[in-house]
Amino acid sequence: MESFILLFTNDKLLIFNFIIILLFIKSLSYIIPLIIAIAYLTLIERKIIGSIQKRKGPNIVGIFGLLQPIADGLKLLLKETSLPNSANIFIFIIAPILTFFLALCAWAIMPFNEINFYSNLNIGILYLLAISSLGVYGIIISGWASNSKYAFLGGLRSAAQIISYEVSIGLIIINVLLCSGTLNLKEIVLAQQNIWYIFPLFPLFLMFFISSLAETNRSPFDLPEAEAELVAGYNVEYSAMGFALFFLGEYTNIILISAVSTILFLAGWLPPFDIFLFNWIPNSIWFGFKTIIILVLFIWVRAAFPRYRYDQLIQLGWKIFLPLSLAWLMLTSGILLSYDGFPN
Amino acid sequence: MKFYFVEYFILFTYIIISFILACIISLLSYLLTTKKEDPEKTSAYECGFNPFDDTRTTFDVKFYLVAILFFNFCLEISFLFPWSIVLGNISYFGFVAIILFLFILTIGFIYEWKKGALNW
Repeated sequence: MESFILLFTNDKLLIFNFIIILLFIKSLSYIIPLIIAIAYLTLIERKIIGSIQKRKGPNIVGIFGLLQPIADGLKLLLKETSLPNSANIFIFIIAPILTFFLALCAWAIMPFNEINFYSNLNIGILYLLAISSLGVYGIIISGWASNSKYAFLGGLRSAAQIISYEVSIGLIIINVLLCSGTLNLKEIVLAQQNIWYIFPLFPLFLMFFISSLAETNRSPFDLPEAEAELVAGYNVEYSAMGFALFFLGEYTNIILISAVSTILFLAGWLPPFDIFLFNWIPNSIWFGFKTIIILVLFIWVRAAFPRYRYDQLIQLGWKIFLPLSLAWLMLTSGILLSYDGFPN
Repeated sequence: MKFYFVEYFILFTYIIISFILACIISLLSYLLTTKKEDPEKTSAYECGFNPFDDTRTTFDVKFYLVAILFFNFCLEISFLFPWSIVLGNISYFGFVAIILFLFILTIGFIYEWKKGALNW
């Protein structure tokens, strides 16, 4: 890119400005489709759950209800934002911004195919873990700042749940790293050319999927939002765009974690068999297809299972997933060491 | 070597842009709507009751315990990350070293378990 610009001008400042504008356009070309994807994820969720429960789901606004997400978004945009008088206003306003911002941030390193990524960071997985750990702050700040009992309890629960499952997610990711020998997301995918990691590491994939349900506060682990006891959890005091930003952030995280499990276990953009017909389909379509399969699983689980109890949830995380993933770590590293199966 | 930090710079621009975008979306809702203040509307929500007392009193110590446990294991994981990348080069010495480390950690974990720190 630099050499191309150098053909026209030699002015350093002009080149710098030009690159900044290009990056601005490029990042918007990632963020806007992402927001549209979130909007239609909410629609497809309502449609699928409707079908499972023998209902039609939204079908009034537009054909098949296709304009429903836009109508919902506009409605939330035009609602009044009420600020509770007992809240700490500044951090009350900051919390949803932080949640949405962090959820968007993590997408900067996502490789959609071999050449299509925003930033090819060599420590991609570490960056992802760092950003997703920061996500707790948005929730705990909102719970604290609202100064309402439901929000406070919801925030506490949510934080405890997210950090519990982050431990097992970290350990599972280390298993994948042992097999691939790199922290770069693109190289992790390319290391799976011979075999997708879902086959040798299938139990870990299941554990990763369940942990990611808990990590994104999805049902059956949606205890922070247990309607029957906590009304809406940490975002009970938020209205209009504050609520919408939490909602968007949550769904962005769901798509993100589906994409991450696609990269870690389902070989990202690589087709299942290296034959002509599969190679003919563009790689990024494969990536999207695999991500959508996991997203549908997320929705299916929500329709099929009742909610966990909170003590069961914490015990599942600490007493079952943590020892199991530690044991699998030993197993993986032991096998790789004794059969000399390291990639580098 | 010259463009070593280029990827980080690109990432930085993305972070700035997404922060600005989040702020704009939040700001729009204050600009576009009219506000009608009402003491009933702005009081903390408590299922129709007036709020009984301040929220920030005591809460269950178990949440605190979970946070401390998380701290231990998160540190452990940050030790394991570099280890998992270079295990092919450091071979058996590195493997045995980390086994010892995990063994000590597991003893602590069993102690916590038996003490009932994980029971809710």
